[in-house]
Amino acid sequence: MAFFLQMLVTGIVVGSVYALVALGFVLIYKSSDAINFAQGEFLLIGTYVCLTLVASYNVPFIAALLLALAFSALLGWSVEKVVLRPFIGKPVISMIMATIGLSSVLAGIVHIIWGHETRVYPPVFSEKPLQFGEVIIAPVYAWSFVIVMIWLVIFTLFFKYSRFGIAMRATADDQQAALSMGISVKTIFAIAWAIAAIVSAVGGVLLGNINGVNSSLSLIGLKVLPVAILGGLDSIPGAIIGGILIGIIESMTGGYLDPLVGGGLKEVIPFVILVIILMVKPYGLFGKKEIERV
Amino acid sequence: MLTLNNVEVMYNRVILVLKGMSMVIPEGKIVALLGSNGAGKTTTLKAISGLLKSEDGEVTDGYIELYGERIEGKDAEEIVKKGIFQCMEGRRVFEHLTVEENLIVGAHTRKDRHNIKADLQKVYHYFPKLHMLRHRQAGYLSGGEQQMLAIGRGMMAKPKILLLDEPSLGIAPLLVKEIFSIIKRINEEEGTTILVVEQNANIALSIAHYGYIMENGRIVMDGPVERLLENEDVKEFYLGMSEKGRKNYREVKSYKRRKRWL
Repeated sequence: MAFFLQMLVTGIVVGSVYALVALGFVLIYKSSDAINFAQGEFLLIGTYVCLTLVASYNVPFIAALLLALAFSALLGWSVEKVVLRPFIGKPVISMIMATIGLSSVLAGIVHIIWGHETRVYPPVFSEKPLQFGEVIIAPVYAWSFVIVMIWLVIFTLFFKYSRFGIAMRATADDQQAALSMGISVKTIFAIAWAIAAIVSAVGGVLLGNINGVNSSLSLIGLKVLPVAILGGLDSIPGAIIGGILIGIIESMTGGYLDPLVGGGLKEVIPFVILVIILMVKPYGLFGKKEIERV
Repeated sequence: MLTLNNVEVMYNRVILVLKGMSMVIPEGKIVALLGSNGAGKTTTLKAISGLLKSEDGEVTDGYIELYGERIEGKDAEEIVKKGIFQCMEGRRVFEHLTVEENLIVGAHTRKDRHNIKADLQKVYHYFPKLHMLRHRQAGYLSGGEQQMLAIGRGMMAKPKILLLDEPSLGIAPLLVKEIFSIIKRINEEEGTTILVVEQNANIALSIAHYGYIMENGRIVMDGPVERLLENEDVKEFYLGMSEKGRKNYREVKSYKRRKRWL
């Protein structure tokens, strides 16, 4: 039982980080119908910037995190302006191809600047494990969960109440009508990319604290794609629930099945689940149903 | 206040839709723009509101002036900020947003954010039904309710000129009457200038002060509503009446009056 709970908690924590990163996919998909294959590189750059500030310049962790987020926002914003703006109004597939190209370029830049050996964050959170009944949790896990939850609450409030949050949802619904409201669709796209880069960076920093940082961390971007599709690419609650679900499944597979088959199953399971879910529910678990009045 | 002079609009650099369209919209009045399908009514509105760009259309000749300032070719957001707001054809409410959120989006360009609460109440005052439905998802509203929402959303932007594109489209006749009487009230009580594009000439002329009739991308006739209503051609082709009153179907088939303006 203790083992089960342990796996469950680990799954929820890792899953919540997936959920946050999946939010980035969802935002970009909602605003421009494209899938951003450079999400993983955003994540990598965010975590490397934070790591460099902490490790090389001795900046306090919180300040470094905020600086890294500001940098990521700027990165997302400018990537949209420079790389993707010319693709507005062009077929979605060309925008997707552009993000694939972008991901290679960013990966190359990361490689040039930071190399490829695994680096670790200096201990930021205390090492002393927290004990809840039979379950033992490392503080870094607990903190990750708290930080993710804070961000999810911030975004929920942003989309529900703020002027630009509501405008973003309106644009996702009907771009031309949004234009007729005087909403600048270009600004909305830029904000979507900035937020996508921010959530990736947060996810990257947290995972970096858990596992250490090297360029394979960008694979998380690919792993999170099933999460977003599972929840329904255009649903924010879907991304959150899908993230936690995949996290738990992954952790359970790792705990129970991997020892039987000699490992590796954990990496495959999210994609297997994705295929099964899409066969049953093509719009994902919470995908937007077209409202049709009859 | 708003003047279109000899405006030409081309789509895709080949399709000439407006061929020298001129009209004047005086401040504080309701102007009706009538015409059959494909006459270029919607294109005229989009040329004014700057929505042509997203459809690969552009004003290739002539000019559009608001208070003497040229506005053709400007971005839609800029034009909304200058006080021209278009309620697009087919209502186009944001289906997955609630009624109230839809109204708030309408006020997106407003600088005086603290007045928005009061303006919401004002919209609810004109459309009490929207108040009842304010937490409902807009996609589940009926056609008439959505049209009310679309007009209310326009009011939230506090425009000087409200452009309404076929507010009667697909709505029950009784509701159409109600909506047009509210449009008239908005014009009288808020002083909003209104340009309404309609196929339903009867209802549009019942509230308008001035009317323009459009065919094949240009204005063929205009005048104060009283004069248009007396014109035999208008009666025949737009109001479905002849000297003998309402015609029956057989007569329409056997006899067609020649349009005098062509």
